[in-house]
Amino acid sequence: MNHDAPPPGPPLWLLLELTYRCPLHCVYCYNPIEFARVEDEMTTDDWVRVLRQARELGSVQLGLSGGEPLVRDDLEDITAEAHRLGYYTNLITSGVGLTEQRIARLKDSGLDHIQVSFQDSTREMNDFLSHTKTFDLKLRVAQMVKAHGYPMVLNCVLHRLNIDQIDTLIDMAQRLGADYLELANTQYYSWAHLNRDALLPSRAQLEAAERKTQQWRERLEGRMKIFFVVPDYFETRPKRCMNGWGTTFMTVTPDGTALPCHTARMLPGLSFPNVRATSVREAWYDSDGFNRFRGTGWMKEPCASCDEREKDFGGCRCQAYLLANDSYAADPVCDKSPHHALVTAAVEQAQQPRVQEHPLVFRDPANSRQRSGAILRSVG
Amino acid sequence: MISITNEVRPAIGKGFRLQWEPAQKAHVLLYPEGMVKLNGSAGEILRRCDGARTLVEIVADLEATFNQKDLAADVHDFVTFAREQGWLEIAA
Repeated sequence: MNHDAPPPGPPLWLLLELTYRCPLHCVYCYNPIEFARVEDEMTTDDWVRVLRQARELGSVQLGLSGGEPLVRDDLEDITAEAHRLGYYTNLITSGVGLTEQRIARLKDSGLDHIQVSFQDSTREMNDFLSHTKTFDLKLRVAQMVKAHGYPMVLNCVLHRLNIDQIDTLIDMAQRLGADYLELANTQYYSWAHLNRDALLPSRAQLEAAERKTQQWRERLEGRMKIFFVVPDYFETRPKRCMNGWGTTFMTVTPDGTALPCHTARMLPGLSFPNVRATSVREAWYDSDGFNRFRGTGWMKEPCASCDEREKDFGGCRCQAYLLANDSYAADPVCDKSPHHALVTAAVEQAQQPRVQEHPLVFRDPANSRQRSGAILRSVG
Repeated sequence: MISITNEVRPAIGKGFRLQWEPAQKAHVLLYPEGMVKLNGSAGEILRRCDGARTLVEIVADLEATFNQKDLAADVHDFVTFAREQGWLEIAA
């Protein structure tokens, strides 16, 4: 507990990961490697209780995510309760499983917004963008989203294997009639970290993609807004991760674990509360997990005396752990970090025309179970 | 684009929702995956922009409620700004 930290405000942003089940097996998924061990999902009543408790604290933006949230057949009930409580409800989906009947029910439940992601749903990575089945599905989903009066927001995760096709991707989005397109470069956690050498683009790829994106912006004259998120490995200052640990954001995982970010469960030596046993209020204000990295009192050098410490709060704790093997270290993205060479080495390696051959590990239950075993053995 | 005259009837923009948040003691504008926390006067202006009242009626109501004069220019400036942000729409 940091005694110098000001009392935190409420968790304005609440993300419910309703399930880890997903019809897709994306190689860059941020769900934990060991997701398949979670079989005991929270019930509808559990989720409704969490919604009520968090709303009392002041939560107002709600993300409904997963896995694929449409896998839950109580999604409409959860949405309806959220709407009744006054949340602004955002569904974050691949669109797989979205039918005319379900979108109509979601609209009736008060759903405010739908974000549809593109993804590499097939093992035929190179066929990604031309895959007819995917295109037809997205086209159907796009038409449904539009027909029900929602703005069409598409999200696509970029990486080494698809970033060169950015023209095709933007063209597809504008042909679908998208209002917004988010081109988000992969963030290297969980499955994406496992597959990093295959996914990290070269600097030339990245620059070309930014240039093409800018050309499209000019050509489209504002008809479709395009956001391009640069991968933080190419930066020299870390991101202000989650707007500061435990300041704004709470994730609840399918089994009810409350987290300050999507991936914090990987951090060793921290325990996070479970909202089946603990109230959201206690979880947010009183748990060691949420208090540990609040404010700046936990920092070591170079963060502790850095004049930018209030700006980025030392960056991302998960990245510090993954790269420097120390959750208290400066995010190695920062060029003041003694571990910054780890990031530049990864980027340098990505400059090679052919990366060393690493088979991609798809996010599926079998790989999850196999890797969970490996993790248990390595710590045990 | 329609100019902002006294007779326009501003309404909250499509995709935005205005609501009072007790926890923040403020009006907020909610939109896909985002939120704007409004200061007191912005909240008071926006909550009167219901698409039914004209700008001149909104100004008169604000002046009466807060016992102030000559708010027209400030309200006009804010409505112009809010429309640029997409927070307000002004129908023909």
